[in-house]
Amino acid sequence: MKTLRSLGLAAILALAAGPAHAQWSDGTIKIGVLTDMSSLYTDLSGAGSVLAARFAVEDFGAAAKGMKVEIVNADHQNKADVGSTIARQWYDVDKVDVIVDTPNSGVALAVTEITREKNKVFLVSGAASSALTGAKCSANTVHWTYDTWALANGTGRAIVRTGGDTWYFLTADYAFGHQLEADTENVVKEMNGKVLGKVRHPLNSSDFSSFLLQAQASKAKIIGLANAGGDTVNSIKQAAEFGIVAGGQNLAGLLVFITDVHSLGLKTAQGLIFTEAWYWDANDTNRAFAARFSAANKGIHPTMIHAGVYSAVTHYLKSLEALKNDADGKAVVERMKATPTDDRLFGKGTIRADGRKIHDMYLFEVKKPEESKKPWDYYKLRATIPAAEAFRPIDKGDCPLVKKG
Amino acid sequence: MFELLGIPPQALFGQLLIGLINGSFYALLSLGLTVIFGLLNIINFCHGALYMMGAFVAWLALQHFGLGYWAALFIAPVVVGAFGIVLERTMLRRLYKLDHLYGLLLTFGIALIVEGVFRNEFGASGLPYVIPDSLTGARNLGFMVLPNYRAWVIALSLFVCLATWYVIERTKLGAYLRAATENPTLVQAFGINVPRMITLTYGFGVGLAALAGVLAAPIYQVSPLMGSNLIIVVFAVVVIGGMGSIMGSIVTGFLLGLIEGLTKVFYPEASATVIFVILALVLLWRPQGLFGRRS
Repeated sequence: MKTLRSLGLAAILALAAGPAHAQWSDGTIKIGVLTDMSSLYTDLSGAGSVLAARFAVEDFGAAAKGMKVEIVNADHQNKADVGSTIARQWYDVDKVDVIVDTPNSGVALAVTEITREKNKVFLVSGAASSALTGAKCSANTVHWTYDTWALANGTGRAIVRTGGDTWYFLTADYAFGHQLEADTENVVKEMNGKVLGKVRHPLNSSDFSSFLLQAQASKAKIIGLANAGGDTVNSIKQAAEFGIVAGGQNLAGLLVFITDVHSLGLKTAQGLIFTEAWYWDANDTNRAFAARFSAANKGIHPTMIHAGVYSAVTHYLKSLEALKNDADGKAVVERMKATPTDDRLFGKGTIRADGRKIHDMYLFEVKKPEESKKPWDYYKLRATIPAAEAFRPIDKGDCPLVKKG
Repeated sequence: MFELLGIPPQALFGQLLIGLINGSFYALLSLGLTVIFGLLNIINFCHGALYMMGAFVAWLALQHFGLGYWAALFIAPVVVGAFGIVLERTMLRRLYKLDHLYGLLLTFGIALIVEGVFRNEFGASGLPYVIPDSLTGARNLGFMVLPNYRAWVIALSLFVCLATWYVIERTKLGAYLRAATENPTLVQAFGINVPRMITLTYGFGVGLAALAGVLAAPIYQVSPLMGSNLIIVVFAVVVIGGMGSIMGSIVTGFLLGLIEGLTKVFYPEASATVIFVILALVLLWRPQGLFGRRS
């Protein structure tokens, strides 16, 4: 079956004679990309995340700097127990120094505990739960690209402000969905909106008509989709079929990736509003990255998760170069927090004490079919949410690492 | 207006109808499985993958040859059925004399390979396939909005299910088939080409899966994973209905669609599990299934 795929060949870089003073445990910096290689999150993370990590290592020029970097990857199958087993094996047996990506909040929360126990490093790009920098925060984890709070804050606020003040949630029934729903509900209530009801569906449901009918019956103005990937795509598609949008209700996709929009087609997806951290067509650097990425990834353009993996791995290597030692995970993360981040995809940013990476977020709207001029030309920018407002204030997350003043 | 457990009756009717729609997919898929199991004794684990192939053939026909939905309804079952026949001729045929388990393992392996190839080629997010123009729109039934396409799905699958049942249980051809399963040597002695009949039956069962795939394409995304999401449920349907019982799998398909639909209203978190709870109960109480004969 879907066995552990430890493709050690992914990126073994030249065995250049390393400077004698650098202390790489067992001689190699080993990056483990733990992701969904076979199920609904494959296109938005998966092999693309492995590719992004490889690009980051190449662009950093690790080999020329005498750092021997190796990338391995494995499929966690969206199961926390499978993910935990792989993480333990990687840390204990395969001498992996850092785990990156890991979509699926359930798996990511499990891996963050193991990483703390083994004192390694965990760089999250794929998972969404804001608990990773809240109650479950860890001195060994950095949450890079986005989180449920940022999505709820960006999208929820924008929608309530334009009159969408009654909500009904369609929620994926696991850690991520619950967190996204809770974070959005807080925003809605804070702005004097009302939540009329919610329904929790199992992960990977294919038929949403029953849930949509319940949402329709609630007469809420906004149906909030607190789910992701194929679940979101099917919800949106079937909502159109059942005349929900035509009947005056609107959908709020709380977590939508460009691969979802591509899969839906603009005809169905047009007008959707959502928050993302990165868009390939925003500037020349991003376009160049997208061209290189899609050429090696069957034409699939990079999502914000892929960009986040690139950015996170770059900053990790930079911090190692300065520290000259990768053995103590906590020390590496401390160094990463102490150094401002600066890479070509995310620009300048910082990492807070609770492990939250801070950067601007963007509110996008999906273009109408006639507005799209080229392949993958899908978004128009509605607003930029400045870094200072984009993420949960550091004192509101109940993270034990943050000193109460 | 009275309410049933807090749900107004109108909403309940809507949910029941949706249950029937999903049930019609279960019925169509489990029918193919049952025909194959009942007549060939093969547990066809690649049924989900063949269903997915049906949807992809429809998508590819539209993308590359401009052939629309109506053409796909015929093309997909034929193309995928032919693929099934090749499988039967080259691989499955060698396993008839062995235990069921070997067929199960082989078809399971084929399913993984087919899904892997499609995932590698087309990605996992799925591809869009639009509802044909003549079936777009919806009618308001008072208690719910019924999309025309879904009404068509129920009608077609009911027709196909009943026609299949009639052919196998009530015609001469069906009688040959059933006799060939009971005692192939004897039937062959009457001058009937049993191996060819078995090959065609397998092709037919596979064609049913592909037909369900085409029906599903406009509703769900055309995705390499669409089969594996469904196949386990469909197996549960077949087992609950009684392995090999054709009417059993049709009735159980619709029935479980209804039960699942109701679960989505009263306890949505359990909607993915309810069928397996029923499966366990039925196996405890009536191991041969609701409509199965005790062997």
